[in-house]
Amino acid sequence: MTIEQRAHPWMALSAPGALQQMLDEIGVKDVAAVFEQIPADHFRKAPLDLPPALGSEMELKRDLVSKLRKNEDCETNLSFLGAGVWQHHVPAVVDEIVGRTEFATNVWGSYQSDHGRNQAWFEFSSQLGALLNLDVVQLPVYSWGCAIGHAIRMATRLTGRRKVLLPVLSDPERLSVIRTYCQPSEMESHIEVVPVAADPTSGRLSISDLKSKLGPDVAAVYFENPAYLGTIENGAAEIARLAREAGAETIVGVDPISLGVMMAPGDYGADIVTGPVQPLGVHMHCGGGVGGFIASRDEERYVREYNGFLVSIAPTAEPGQVGFGLAASHQNSYGSREHGKDWTGNSTYLWAIAGAVYMSLLGPQGFREVGTLILSRARYAARLLNEIPGVKAVWPETGFKEFVVNFDDTGKTVEAVNDALRARGIFGGKDISGEGHGLGQAALYCVTEVHSAADIRRLADAVKEICQ
Amino acid sequence: MKLPNYHAPRWDEPVVMELGRPGARGQLFPAPEQEIEVAEIPAAMQRKDRPELPEITEFEAQRHYLHLSQMTLGMMGISLFGTCTMKYNSKTAEAATLRPELAEVHPYQHPDTLQGVLEIIHDFDGILQNLSGMDQFVFQAGGGADAAYTMAALARAYWADRGELGQRTEMVTSIQAHPCNPATAAAAGFTVINLPLEENGYPSIEALKAAIGPKTALLMINNPDDMGIYNPEIKEWVRLAKEAGALCFYDHANFNGVMSKLSARELGFDACMFMLHKTFGAPKGGGGPAVGAFGCSDELAPYLPAPVVVKQGDTYRLDNDRPKSLGKIREFWGNVPQVVKAYAWARAMGAEGIAMASDISVVANNYMDKKLGEIAGIEISNPHIRKRRMEMTRWSLGPLAQETGIGTADFANRMADYGIDPWWMSHEPWIVAEPFTPEAGELWSKQDIDQWIGVVARIVQEARETPELVKSAPHNQAIAQVDGSVFEDPKAWAMTWRAWQRKRAGDAKARSGSA
Repeated sequence: MTIEQRAHPWMALSAPGALQQMLDEIGVKDVAAVFEQIPADHFRKAPLDLPPALGSEMELKRDLVSKLRKNEDCETNLSFLGAGVWQHHVPAVVDEIVGRTEFATNVWGSYQSDHGRNQAWFEFSSQLGALLNLDVVQLPVYSWGCAIGHAIRMATRLTGRRKVLLPVLSDPERLSVIRTYCQPSEMESHIEVVPVAADPTSGRLSISDLKSKLGPDVAAVYFENPAYLGTIENGAAEIARLAREAGAETIVGVDPISLGVMMAPGDYGADIVTGPVQPLGVHMHCGGGVGGFIASRDEERYVREYNGFLVSIAPTAEPGQVGFGLAASHQNSYGSREHGKDWTGNSTYLWAIAGAVYMSLLGPQGFREVGTLILSRARYAARLLNEIPGVKAVWPETGFKEFVVNFDDTGKTVEAVNDALRARGIFGGKDISGEGHGLGQAALYCVTEVHSAADIRRLADAVKEICQ
Repeated sequence: MKLPNYHAPRWDEPVVMELGRPGARGQLFPAPEQEIEVAEIPAAMQRKDRPELPEITEFEAQRHYLHLSQMTLGMMGISLFGTCTMKYNSKTAEAATLRPELAEVHPYQHPDTLQGVLEIIHDFDGILQNLSGMDQFVFQAGGGADAAYTMAALARAYWADRGELGQRTEMVTSIQAHPCNPATAAAAGFTVINLPLEENGYPSIEALKAAIGPKTALLMINNPDDMGIYNPEIKEWVRLAKEAGALCFYDHANFNGVMSKLSARELGFDACMFMLHKTFGAPKGGGGPAVGAFGCSDELAPYLPAPVVVKQGDTYRLDNDRPKSLGKIREFWGNVPQVVKAYAWARAMGAEGIAMASDISVVANNYMDKKLGEIAGIEISNPHIRKRRMEMTRWSLGPLAQETGIGTADFANRMADYGIDPWWMSHEPWIVAEPFTPEAGELWSKQDIDQWIGVVARIVQEARETPELVKSAPHNQAIAQVDGSVFEDPKAWAMTWRAWQRKRAGDAKARSGSA
């Protein structure tokens, strides 16, 4: 192991002679001596065979950029993809703040030395709590699906029951995560996942099927508002009431960007609320922008079941001053290992800071405006597409930003339509034909504030041309 | 040694909910175009109240959050925070990932439009395969703990496929393993068996033999551990566990000291995980987005969470057709920008740079051990173990605490007064009294390390001469010591501004009622 003569910019002790000086101080003759704990026959035999080092920042940048340029993106193309990651406007100030090295860097710090970050976290929970009308909001977990998984497990611990009811029209991506959290059926602690039918005329949860499946063994009812296929659940309060009557918890998933115009889930009886954080100022990042929140009322029985980090405001030694720290932290896996509430670890806390900045920029009026804009443009898009012969908006006028479009009567598959759209610089909606929802050749379209009326007409014109 | 006369910025920054004035705006949206009819949510679901959010200008939001960032030390002092491997996070890589070619990319785009990012993931998979000897990596797990959970979920799929999940119900680990190993295995439905440590710093072969058998589903183990001790019997461990049929998972969280030196596969492991936000130079963001890169042998690969990135000829594809897959750990394919940053780190370091970083991190820790050993009142863990530690060492402030009453948490608070990030103490359980765990890594200079040790020596002196100064620390921070008594009190804790307002109003009412 020789010491390179050219120092590496990321390693101070790679400077010529620096490591030798340390070896001399320790009193050993070479580097091998400090690895004395590792038996000789443990050292790897296969030599490292890595691609050659990119020895300068210029070469590194060129490699990264030349590769990434092979991607097509949703800024150059016109995209209508959603379903778990959505294209929303990210204010420039959000990017500046989450890019601050003090926030982006590795350290955990302490309540005092990293006070500013802790305050930003508390402000994320506080502002989201104001949108949800709920008093407890945990820092986000890995994703929305993971948040639902934890929420279901909270409900099973709260009720001592091991069955969850959820809509048959669920996102297969999130549902797969939920099933992972509920464990295989061979295991004793398995949680049974039972689908509730949809009303075929509206896509909403079938109240009669829900009633037939509710019983003393049900831990929780989970539904989304708006639902996976975009529909608004008008009967939310009724679902929550029925669940409560059966002694089950009501878990709801909401889209936080809808909450300037949609009723806060805390106001229609939700017990535990989950949702994605990506709409609140996080880029899509090829799916790497996701995170999921969990919230509830401030009742000890709920607080004692959270798995992660709850940031509480607290007094300091200086009268009148406040600081921030972790409440009820002994119950998480850092404090209690296998006896903790599920587990926690590094999560998506940088996106909590993004969300805090985003919500402070929008304020109450911004959320109202963006909600109205999304809703109006999405309805407009559904109408224009519905006017195209053979193209049908399924459950029209029931959604928020997403809606299902059926192509059966065009004689074309969604795949063919999307290929033709892509050739025109448009990414069509997610192909849900193979998801088993019985909706035929269907795509889930997403329209947000970034789509102008002209963009929507361009889409409609292209679909019309393709489906003629 | 001259120590810095440091003081943190102190803005007395209000909580954002206290800022602004009615009608102030930080972000405007256009009205729907004329041809678009303004739509409304159905009456039953319409929001009637105004959410109680701040109303501030764009500049006020920027200024507020810049103030908060300035009141965050965030490793911009000297941080030798053990178990987390403090590194420089390349701004070159950060900037590349913020380009629209990645930031504005949707994971459901057609793979033809994703060739660049798929190529990077595929190439990085190859790099990790080489470093570990494993055959396939996936990046879906959102952190090291999530990768441990991936292992537990994969073990379920593996044993279910063999019809043995009903019998293989136990996971064996060490009491010194990171809490995420027992916690994720338990959340996945396994019974956890923790092996105690022996005199030599690791569990005995006899204890392992007693614990494993036909009920063992898997073994999850780190090596070296957070004490800096390497278990020299690990090959025998793996042999015995596999003889009992168990799967063997190497938690490579502490990879920094052994990268280029060890291969998980050569040691016999079936699977391993790397923390890209730690060892591979991606930033951690104060707790994520992170990535636990999970790799395994060809035998286990069919059970991996889907999709897996594959190369077919000259094109890259997402393989979702994996009937034995455990399903999904998390939506989509992982925190892709962090994977790109880790790829950038590995390319900028190269094989020689990675080997050198491992050398440096173990040499620097041994230098630190020598210097810390010269300070009276602090003691290395397992002092009878004379062999040199790996890239970090668990130390104890026990003797000083007995002498002065100053514990490791007091000490950590005081460190920040010198512009030094508070040290990492220890994960639970605390095996040594008043623990702390420094780790130098390859980033810091000798001057940095010397200054850090100088601060430790100074605070040891303060503990003896002016213990109250340490006990009441910090004194030079944005805020004074936080009073933690509210954190376990349901009547006082407040996780949102609205909860705090409500509880304060309740207190005021109670006070006026009793007056």
